Amino acid sequence: MSLLEIRNLHATVEGKEILKGINLTVNEGEIHAIMGPNGSGKSTLANVLAGRDLYQVTEGEVIYKGKNLLEMSPEERAREGIFLAFQYPVEIPGVSNMYFLKTALNEKRKHHGLPELDAADFLKLVRDKMKIVDIDQNLLNRPVNEGFSGGEKKRNEIFQMAVLEPTLAILDETDSGLDIDALKAVAEGVNRLRRDDNAFIVVTHYQRLLNYIVPDYVHVLYKGQIVKSDGRELAFELEEKGYDWLK
Amino acid sequence: MSDEKKQLEELTSQEYKYGFVTDIEADELPLGLNEDIIRAISRKKNEPEFLTEWRLKAYRHWLKMEEPHWAKVKYPPIDYQAIRYYSAPKNQPKYNSLDEVDPKLLETYEKLGIPLEEQKVLAGVAVDAVFDSVSVATTFKEKLSELGIIFCSMSEAIREHPDLVRKYLGSVVPPTDNFFAALNSAVFSDGSFVYIPKGVRCPMELSTYFRINAAQTGQFERTLIVADEGAYVSYLEGCTAPMRDENQLHAAVVELVALKDAEIKYSTVQNWYPGDEEGRGGIYNFVTKRGICYDNAKISWTQVETGSAITWKYPSVILKGDNSIGEFYSVALTNNRQQADTGTKMIHLGKNTRSTIVSKGISAGKSDNSYRGLVKVGKNATNARNYSQCDSLLIGDKCGAHTFPYIDVQNTTAQVEHEATTSKIGEDQIFYLNQRGISTEDAVSMIVNGYCREVFRELPMEFAVEAQNLLSLSLEGSVG
Ligand SMILES: Nc1ncnc2c1ncn2[C@@H]1O[C@H](COP(=O)(O)OP(=O)(O)O)[C@@H](O)[C@H]1O
Ligand SMILES: [Mg+2]
Repeated sequence: MSLLEIRNLHATVEGKEILKGINLTVNEGEIHAIMGPNGSGKSTLANVLAGRDLYQVTEGEVIYKGKNLLEMSPEERAREGIFLAFQYPVEIPGVSNMYFLKTALNEKRKHHGLPELDAADFLKLVRDKMKIVDIDQNLLNRPVNEGFSGGEKKRNEIFQMAVLEPTLAILDETDSGLDIDALKAVAEGVNRLRRDDNAFIVVTHYQRLLNYIVPDYVHVLYKGQIVKSDGRELAFELEEKGYDWLK
Repeated sequence: MSDEKKQLEELTSQEYKYGFVTDIEADELPLGLNEDIIRAISRKKNEPEFLTEWRLKAYRHWLKMEEPHWAKVKYPPIDYQAIRYYSAPKNQPKYNSLDEVDPKLLETYEKLGIPLEEQKVLAGVAVDAVFDSVSVATTFKEKLSELGIIFCSMSEAIREHPDLVRKYLGSVVPPTDNFFAALNSAVFSDGSFVYIPKGVRCPMELSTYFRINAAQTGQFERTLIVADEGAYVSYLEGCTAPMRDENQLHAAVVELVALKDAEIKYSTVQNWYPGDEEGRGGIYNFVTKRGICYDNAKISWTQVETGSAITWKYPSVILKGDNSIGEFYSVALTNNRQQADTGTKMIHLGKNTRSTIVSKGISAGKSDNSYRGLVKVGKNATNARNYSQCDSLLIGDKCGAHTFPYIDVQNTTAQVEHEATTSKIGEDQIFYLNQRGISTEDAVSMIVNGYCREVFRELPMEFAVEAQNLLSLSLEGSVG
């Protein structure tokens, strides 16, 4: 059984159809890259999978771990292991990053019948994760994303991913706006978190990131449909030819 | 009102009535107000002549005053002759064990993190010898009196320390100050009295151990705190546990006197019954709180207000002395039909005086939340500085937030800075937290608590935790 199965998915935002029949299968251990020009629906797909209210699914189905994903609330999906690294992470003024992360992790643990971590255990876990994702301790003590630079926000997303250990992680243009060091740090984090029993969907506009995160499959999303799927080479082809040839 | 709610209300109003220890025999005066009633109150409390006269003078002035209606709150007319101005609480516990108490009420206490023994007292359960609030109080009082600190009820202070009372009572809030202050001066029931002698730093948060007893102060509370030269005290008022009262009108007066080089920190967490979803039965809270600072003194008000149907409250500081400092940190949350008109007044009279105002209003449901602040700089207040920050947060689209800053500057060297923001909890913020496994209700309370952080960090630690829980609890059901 595959981890995620998207069948003929249609979705609208404010009455406008954005996704027009997406089909995609993701198995454990795989990394899928989704590429495509701006406005093709990449973020819409990511948000629909995460359960954002703004987007209405009008047709099709999504099966995750054998269950109907579309019936689950966003927080249930998260607790079941779906993680979205946001293209534009939002600021939550006054809420400490550490407190937020501890709450998130404990929600997940409760959901899986595990005891909640206390402050000391959580701190230990955070120290371990800091070895996987290089992040400034200061960022963890500051309010969530408040006054973070673009790069710091993205790093923070990847750090959260490391703490929450998702089964299916969706990275929405985590690479955009990053300098090469930050990009490498993000990619390294992903590579270290990669396991046989989890999967990644990496949404990106450029093939640059894929030099560091090597995908098993590359899909081209264009005007709400996957118009081409292939192996890693497809990314190079897109880099060379751009997206114009799709028209 | 549902049966369940009625039961809870009945239970809790009894709790108020029976839950606290007092040495006054159960009795009450007839409804209404006149000079005889005032004399009777004064007599029952064994007050000296000067105080009886003081009360009568206030009453006669009150008769000439009109109830103020400039605040942005609406309520039906109050019939002052239909109120009972003296009613002593009874002495016996209502229950033998916590098992007999409404589990819903206990659940609330639990969520607020109130210690078990305090829960018992609050719910009106007989307490055993291990925790008798009176004996605990006595122990601490002894400790304090070694330092010369006086901490007692206002009634006791009037009997035991009449000179101090005479000197300071009404010195900050004169009986003629405003309609509600005049009423309070005429009929005040009880309250707290604190005196910290010269150079003494009070070693504990006052009322941390006493707040259970403080909860009984009732309808017309009168508090007076005097910090003598160089003294320091931190005082905690209120209780996060939901407080109910069959008396709808509350009009308290709090006076703070910070003499030269003294500092008073006054923190309030207020959770009076706000009424049902339609606002029926909630407390009307009309409070006058004011402090005066002499040279180099500092007064800091911190308040977290979540209760009452109507709140009318402007803790103020008169910066009379040179180099004195006034601070006001406030969180006011309104939900359902609650109305709050609250803020502060900073009156700069001395040179180099400084004041800071941080106000966080949160409106949910169909409530109305107004900030009203006055910053006044007198002619002689050279180099006065004020910084005000007033933020409003809206939850949903049926509530209102209003800001009324008044600035009156009569000295050209003054610097007065005012910042105001209004924001909504963003769908994107809630979704972000949802996506990390946090439910919408928890997300909202997390965002609101974050928004109030600047105020919470001014609260003593254990109070801050309870205040956060209280905020979350008060927001329950505010997001659909
Ligand atoms: N919240 C929204 N409101 C209105 N239109 C939206 C919203 N989100 C996305 N869209 C529209 O949907 C289309 C696809 O957007 P998006 O999924 O963000 O594309 P991509 O991530 O591939 O750049 C665009 O035309 C965009 O304007
Ligand atoms: Mg996008």
